[in-house]
Amino acid sequence: MSAGGEWLKVCGVDDIPVAGARVVRVPGRADIALFRTLDDRVFALHDRCPHKGGPLSQGIVHGARVTCPLHAWVIELATGSALEPDVGMVACIRVRSEAGEVFLHREDLRRDALRAQLIADAACAPA
Amino acid sequence: MLAYRDIADTHAMIGAAQTYKNAVVIGGGLLGLEAANGLKQRGMNVTVVHVMDWLMERQLDPTAAGLLKQSLEQRGLSFAMAKKTQALLGDAAGRVRAVRFDDGAELAAELVVMAIGIRPNVALAQSAGLQCNRGILVSDTMQTYDPRIYAVGECASHRGIAYGLVAPLFEQAKVCANHLAEHGIGIYSGSVTSTKLKVTGIDLFSAGDFMGGEGTEEITLTDPIGGVYKKLVLKDDKLVGACLYGDTADGAWYFKLLRDGREIGDIRDTLMFGEANLGDSGHSGESRAAAMADGAEVCGCNGVCKGTIVNAIKAKGLFTVDAVRKHTKASSSCGSCTGLVEQILASTLGGDYSAAPKKQPLCPCTALSHEEIREAIRKEHLLGLAKTMEFLNWSTPNGCAKCRPALNYYLTSTWPREARDDPQSRFINERAHANIQKDGTYSVVPRMWGGITNASELRRIADVVEKYKIPTVKVTGGQRIDLLGVKKEQLQDVWRDLDMPSGHAYAKALRTVKTCVGSEWCRFGTQDSTRMGIELEKALWRMYAPHKVKLAVSGCPRNCAESGIKDVGVIGVDSGWEIYVAGNGGIKTEAGQFFCKLKTHDEVLEYAGAFLQLYREEGHYLERTVHFVARVGLDYCKQRVLEDTAGRSALCARLKDALADEVDPWHEPRKAAVDLRQFEPIEAVLV
Ligand code: SF4
Ligand code: FES
Repeated sequence: MSAGGEWLKVCGVDDIPVAGARVVRVPGRADIALFRTLDDRVFALHDRCPHKGGPLSQGIVHGARVTCPLHAWVIELATGSALEPDVGMVACIRVRSEAGEVFLHREDLRRDALRAQLIADAACAPA
Repeated sequence: MLAYRDIADTHAMIGAAQTYKNAVVIGGGLLGLEAANGLKQRGMNVTVVHVMDWLMERQLDPTAAGLLKQSLEQRGLSFAMAKKTQALLGDAAGRVRAVRFDDGAELAAELVVMAIGIRPNVALAQSAGLQCNRGILVSDTMQTYDPRIYAVGECASHRGIAYGLVAPLFEQAKVCANHLAEHGIGIYSGSVTSTKLKVTGIDLFSAGDFMGGEGTEEITLTDPIGGVYKKLVLKDDKLVGACLYGDTADGAWYFKLLRDGREIGDIRDTLMFGEANLGDSGHSGESRAAAMADGAEVCGCNGVCKGTIVNAIKAKGLFTVDAVRKHTKASSSCGSCTGLVEQILASTLGGDYSAAPKKQPLCPCTALSHEEIREAIRKEHLLGLAKTMEFLNWSTPNGCAKCRPALNYYLTSTWPREARDDPQSRFINERAHANIQKDGTYSVVPRMWGGITNASELRRIADVVEKYKIPTVKVTGGQRIDLLGVKKEQLQDVWRDLDMPSGHAYAKALRTVKTCVGSEWCRFGTQDSTRMGIELEKALWRMYAPHKVKLAVSGCPRNCAESGIKDVGVIGVDSGWEIYVAGNGGIKTEAGQFFCKLKTHDEVLEYAGAFLQLYREEGHYLERTVHFVARVGLDYCKQRVLEDTAGRSALCARLKDALADEVDPWHEPRKAAVDLRQFEPIEAVLV
C-alpha cells in the first residue's frame, strides 16, 4: 500500500535515535514528539506533558514509555496516558513506518493544528 | 469464654461487658492488654493473668514492664502474675464462674478472654511430613523441608521466629513469589519489627534485641516519677535493640539506625537524647511526626501535607515508603522528607509497620542492589547496557528512567574508554549539555576557572546575550554566569560564540571550584587560594561522578569561599591546607568533616583526587558525598586515602586515566558522543 495521500512523510526511522526521540515541527501547530523504541517501533505524541507541559521529546525512552524530563511522569507511548497513579492524557498522532520511513497522519496533524489555532485566537481575542 | 481473634470476638466482648461485672483476661501480651484495657473502659473489673513474671515479655524488659504494670494498675486493672491457669470452672448453667490456678487459688469471673497469642496450626504440614517446631520450618527462600512446598506468614517459622505481623508476611511473600516465578534471586533474611501498644496514654516501643546479653552494652535512662524509661542495646558500635517507655518519639529513628546497621560511634554521646539533639537543623522535629497537624506540610517539593499521606495509607492500604511515594508524590523529588514519611507510616500503621529490608534494589527492574550490580560489571567485564541487563536478568527490555542513567554511569566509570557511553540513557541535561528549565528552554553556564574572568570573556558573554536575545543573565552561587532561556536549537551556536569551556553545570560531575581572593589581595590571606582552586578545577573538570561535586578553597580560616559545605573543602592555614570532605549546602545542610592537613598544592591535588575517585568507584548513583561518607564511614575513607599510600596513588592514577580521554562536549561534541540531531527539529510541511 502506498503511503501517500493521507499520510505525510516526515523522516527515516534511522533519523530517530534508538530508544530516543526527535521533535517534529509543523508550521501552524504545536511541536510533535516522535519516538523510536529499542525494538524500532515508532510513536508520535503531542510534545507536551499532561502534567505541566514538559517537552516529552526530551525524556528517557524505556520500553514503550517515556519519562517526562521535568517531574518524571511516565507516559505510555501507545495511548498517551500517564501511568498510575498519575492521571492525564496527551494526544497521540497516528504514525506508521514503512520500508524505513516514518509517516504521520495528515488528519491528526490538521485537526490539532486547527485546535491550536482556535486556542491561539481565543487567547488573543479582546476581552 | 472467648478467644480474642477476630471482629466477632470483639463484638461478643463488648456485648458481655454490658451484662457482666468480672472479667479475666488470660495472657499479658500485646493483645491481652489491649483487650483488658477495652473491657475496663466499658466498666468491668478486669484481672489479667500472666504466666511470666513480667508483662509483654516478648516486647519489653522487666523494668519497662514494671512501669507499664504500674500505670495500668493506676487505671484500675488488676494483675495475677506468674500464674498458670489450670481450669475454668463453670456454674450449673454451664457458664464460666471462676478460673482456677495450678496453686489451687480461684478467681471469680463471668467473662474469660483467652489472649495467649498465636500458635501456628501445623497439623496439615506435619501430616505431610514437613519439619515443624513452633511453626513450619522454612529456609531463606521460604521453602519448607520439602522444597516443592513453600510457606509464608504466621504459620512459618523462619530462623526460629514466627512473625505475627503483616509486614513481614509481605516481605516473605515477595521472596516466595519471586522463586515461584523462577526468577530465583530473592532472599528473605528476617525482618526487624517494632511494637507499639494501642492503649492511649501509654507509649511504648521496642525493637530488635532489647534484652541485651553477652557481648552487648546498655545505655539506660530512668525517670520513675515522670514515667520514662529508655534502654538502648549496643553491640560492636551499632544499635541492636531499643526499649522505650513513656517517651517514644525517637522510636522510629532508633529503628532506622538499627535496621540500617549504622555505626553510631560518632553520635553515641547524644544517642540517648534522640534525633532532635543531633543539632540537625534541617530535620529537627522529624521525630514529632505523630504530633504534627494534619494540615502541616511534609513534602515541600510536591506540596503534600500529613493528612493526605495518612489518608492514602489508610484508604489504599499502603505499607511501604515506596507505595506512599507513588500514591502521594511525597518524598518523590528531593527525598529529604523520606524519614518523615517513614515516621508517619510507622505511626499510622502502629505494629503493622516494618521498614523495608536493608538491601535496596536499584529500581523495580531488578532485585539487585547498587553494590551487586557494580560488582558484576567489574567482575564480568561488562561493557554495554544491553549486555549488562541481559546478564543480570533485568525484568524490563531496556530498564527505566531510574536504572538506565545509573547503569550508564557504572559502566563508563568502571571501564573508561572501553564502555561506550549511551546518551539516550542519560537525563536530558547530560544529553543536551545544558539545564532544562520549566518552559523547555535551557540554561548555559560557561566555566570560569576558580571564578576568575576577564574583559574579553565578559565581552563575549555580553555579545552572546544580545545576539541570541537571552532573557535572563544571572550570577550563580558558584561564581559563574548563567544564561537562562536559551532555545535548544541555539545551544550549539551559543557555545561556539562564547568560546569558553563547558561549566558542566548540568551534569552529575565536577561543577565549580569556588575560591576567595586569598593571599594575592586579601590582607588576611595565608595561602593563594585562587591559584589552588584553579589548579583543582583544571585537574578535575570533566569528571563525572555519582552526583554533582562542588569544591571550594579559602585562603584562611575566615573561610569566605564557604569550604565547610562542599564535597571537598580546602582551607588555607599558615602551615598549609586543611581538607574537609562530605560537606553539603543543599537539601540537608551538613558541615564538612575534617579529613587531613597537607603542606603543598600537589598534595592537595593528590588527596582530593583520591578521595573523589573513591567516591566515583564506590558511591551509589545519585548519592552525594555526604551520604556516601555516612554510609561507608569516614574512617574507611581515611584508611583508603590517608593510610594506604599505594592505594592512594592507584586511585589517583585511575582518575587521571579516566579523565585523559574525556573531552569538552561543547567544543568537541562528536568525540564526546553528543547526538547532534537533537538540536535540529524535523521540519515537515502540511499542505
Ligand atoms: S578566607 Fe581569608 S584569605 Fe580568603 S578572602 Fe576571606 S579573609 Fe581573605
Ligand atoms: S511536566 Fe511532565 S512530569 Fe511535570
